[in-house]
Amino acid sequence: MAADGGTADGAAPLGRGETPDWLVRTVTALIPVIAALVAGAVVLLLMGRDPIAFYVNVMNRGLFSWLGLQETITRCAPLLLLGASLIVAFRAGLWNLGVDGQFLLAAVIAAALAPVLVTVLPVWATLTATMAVAFAVGAAWSLIPALLKAYHGVNEIVTTLMMSFLGISFANVLIKIPFNDPETTVPQTLTLATDDRLPRLFGTTINLGIVIAVVAILLVHWVMTRTAFGLRLQVVGASPRAAIHAGLSVPRLTLLTFGLSAGLAGLAGAVEILGVWGNVRADWDPAYGLTIIPLVFLARFNGPAVIGFTFFFAILSIGGESASRRADLPNYFILVLVALILIFMALTEWLGHRRAMARKA
Amino acid sequence: MTDQVPSTAPPHRSGDQAPLLSLDGVTKRFPGVVANDAVSLDVYPGEVHALLGENGAGKSTLISLLSGMQQPDAGRIRVHGEETPIRSPRHALELGIGTVYQHPTLVPTLTVLENLMLGSPWTRRMDVAATRARFGELCRTLGVDLPGDAVLGTLSLGQQQYVEIIKALWRGERILILDEATSMLTPRGVEDLGRVIARLREAGMAILFITHKLTEAVAFGDRVSVLKLGRKVGAIAPEELRTLDHDAAVERIVDLMFGSRTEADMGRPRHQRDIDVGRHPVVIEVEDLSTHASATETGVSAVTFAVHAGEVFGIAGVDGNGQKQLAEALAGQRPVSGGAIRLEGRAIEWLSVPQRQRAGLRYVTDDRLGEGTVSSFPVSVNLLLKRIGERPFWRRGVIQHREVDAHARRLIERHDVRTPGPQTAVGRLSGGNIQKALLARELDNQPLAVVYNKPTYGLDVNNIQLARRAIRERADQGVATILISTDLDEILSLSDRIGVMLGGRLVGIVENDEQAQRRVGELMIGAREAAA
Repeated sequence: MAADGGTADGAAPLGRGETPDWLVRTVTALIPVIAALVAGAVVLLLMGRDPIAFYVNVMNRGLFSWLGLQETITRCAPLLLLGASLIVAFRAGLWNLGVDGQFLLAAVIAAALAPVLVTVLPVWATLTATMAVAFAVGAAWSLIPALLKAYHGVNEIVTTLMMSFLGISFANVLIKIPFNDPETTVPQTLTLATDDRLPRLFGTTINLGIVIAVVAILLVHWVMTRTAFGLRLQVVGASPRAAIHAGLSVPRLTLLTFGLSAGLAGLAGAVEILGVWGNVRADWDPAYGLTIIPLVFLARFNGPAVIGFTFFFAILSIGGESASRRADLPNYFILVLVALILIFMALTEWLGHRRAMARKA
Repeated sequence: MTDQVPSTAPPHRSGDQAPLLSLDGVTKRFPGVVANDAVSLDVYPGEVHALLGENGAGKSTLISLLSGMQQPDAGRIRVHGEETPIRSPRHALELGIGTVYQHPTLVPTLTVLENLMLGSPWTRRMDVAATRARFGELCRTLGVDLPGDAVLGTLSLGQQQYVEIIKALWRGERILILDEATSMLTPRGVEDLGRVIARLREAGMAILFITHKLTEAVAFGDRVSVLKLGRKVGAIAPEELRTLDHDAAVERIVDLMFGSRTEADMGRPRHQRDIDVGRHPVVIEVEDLSTHASATETGVSAVTFAVHAGEVFGIAGVDGNGQKQLAEALAGQRPVSGGAIRLEGRAIEWLSVPQRQRAGLRYVTDDRLGEGTVSSFPVSVNLLLKRIGERPFWRRGVIQHREVDAHARRLIERHDVRTPGPQTAVGRLSGGNIQKALLARELDNQPLAVVYNKPTYGLDVNNIQLARRAIRERADQGVATILISTDLDEILSLSDRIGVMLGGRLVGIVENDEQAQRRVGELMIGAREAAA
């Protein structure tokens, strides 16, 4: 993927009467979404549901209802932090696919820690400390894949995914045994009182987490595109050989990248617990990481674009839950739409590539 | 280096038959370079025609023409006497041309027989019995014994290559092209291959054996042609080759490749410096430098030389004799296993790449796009790739676009880099301009010593001259220059002294005088070991 400031693959230099680069990129990103919605409508028709009614319900619930909008924005928080995590990793050429495991493990530890800390520390200190610990937990969980990649070139796709499975399982063990709340019938951690959670904003149900998330993703974007550190990571991501030639320490940068990326994933877990749930139930796995990956690709690792796509996806998620119920469909119909978006995204990329090849010839 | 490969030349028969494969004035051009320039050669049945040439001589292009991957721009190709364009790889096979490439093309996880059945029409059920029979037949022809049911990856490289040859001859091809067939083999494997080639020749095959190793060309070939920079510069016919012993043949080829022609023919001015660089202080000194060898790479062994201020020290040698490893060791990209490097008296063999850069030692890599630049990044960033974080281009870690831009414009103007702008991705520039940008970057900011690795490789004539001029000008300004190149013309036209690398060692250092061309040539192929 091209760094900001360079021309992206497939975009030709500006000629007379040709469309500007940003417009082409925006349209290219929107086409798969629109196509997927159309295809989704076809699927709905085939199943005997009314697609217009479905999409209208989605929008009404997800965006146009005050209650729904608040939920949508709240849902954006962990997604954006995970988006920030992936931007760091992907721009550095590292496929940190273990974000779900990092997220869940950090969430559980945050859920166990906060109720205990709050008895000895003021709320703001508890929240800050818990978030810091969650960051560290996430980073620690990526250490093994990071070391293996940095010093032995072991493919991180496999190792991070494996650590993810381990992390999710381990998290569940922690919930059920050491961190279990003895007073509830369903295995879960001690619940953090609502007063002790991340404060709500201006009388809405939206918690501070969204602010943390937006700041994080914009900060990540800025660091990656404007700082020397970010540039070094991008060199490693774009061409490890050029990185060596330029005298960058690839192993050290690899470790740093993993630490940052996994840490942000851990932070996402903390924010979700400290802002919304207050505890973690056994077998809870929202798998946000998995759903955010295609969005980050669609946005071409661009921070503000990730915000846009995530917001849209959150509308789809929140609105879709309600719309699916009304259409008598299982909740994961939304995933069908996400899958369609991915397929059309691949098609659009391929068509764009062919167009670029044809123009070169 | 004496006989490593036993000669396999038998009594020759080709005089009475027509060539099975004939190239007549074949030319292929790419933007900026003529890869094949009016090449004519014939391959007779029952004969091994060895085609000798360096990397960049045009061998790969020739092979791609003969295997149907590309079409020539001019000239004719005749197969079995008939003039015919070779339209595609499948067509090449239909015409009876089988090609064995340098790198394996078969699937290591399938068995030998399965590999041989690959490519047959998938609508028909595979006839295992017929495949087995044909396999046995070809094994007998080659004189080898291969287990058909063994998984390909478990066989030795030599055996895998026999399977590739069998696959190339599967449909009864009579013309076999072997591209650098011995590059992956052990010396024993090379001997065995020689025997197989001999048997194929006896069976009447027309074999085109392409190599850059002189001794093999002489040992395996009945006929030897030499390809240099796209042109066929000479040939030894079988009658003559038969009369020469190994050393004489080698000398004849050295003559063809390096000697006898005068400067007037070359059209380039003999290098002349009016300064006596020997009087200048030594800027960079390499003493007993070694790096680790591995299964895939040569190691550098005990290399020693010193370069004075303003001197151009050329390093000649056939590609793959440790030059790249030496360059990387000097630059700091490769750890040193022994010896020392001193820059202005100060030991630097433990310094990192950026530290050496700042100390004034620069490295212009031969791999422009893979290593020297990041092709998706803008020119302006690439021009500062080794100085990320330095003031004034970054202040407290944040990029200062105005400074970066101004710096880029300065360099672009000074070195005449043709680019739509400093923000253009470097990958969009032509090879010549990418090289200019690389030179601009490395020569900026007061270099003391510069290592150039194949600086004009793949460039057109104009850009070659420009690059050479830039190198010479900088040297005249006092930069100690180490010029690594496989282009002997380049070395001879720029260097004050020339060292030759062979097998990771510096086998000799010669002054660049009238004798230099021959002496360097001889050292390069190991025909003679000489002291400076």
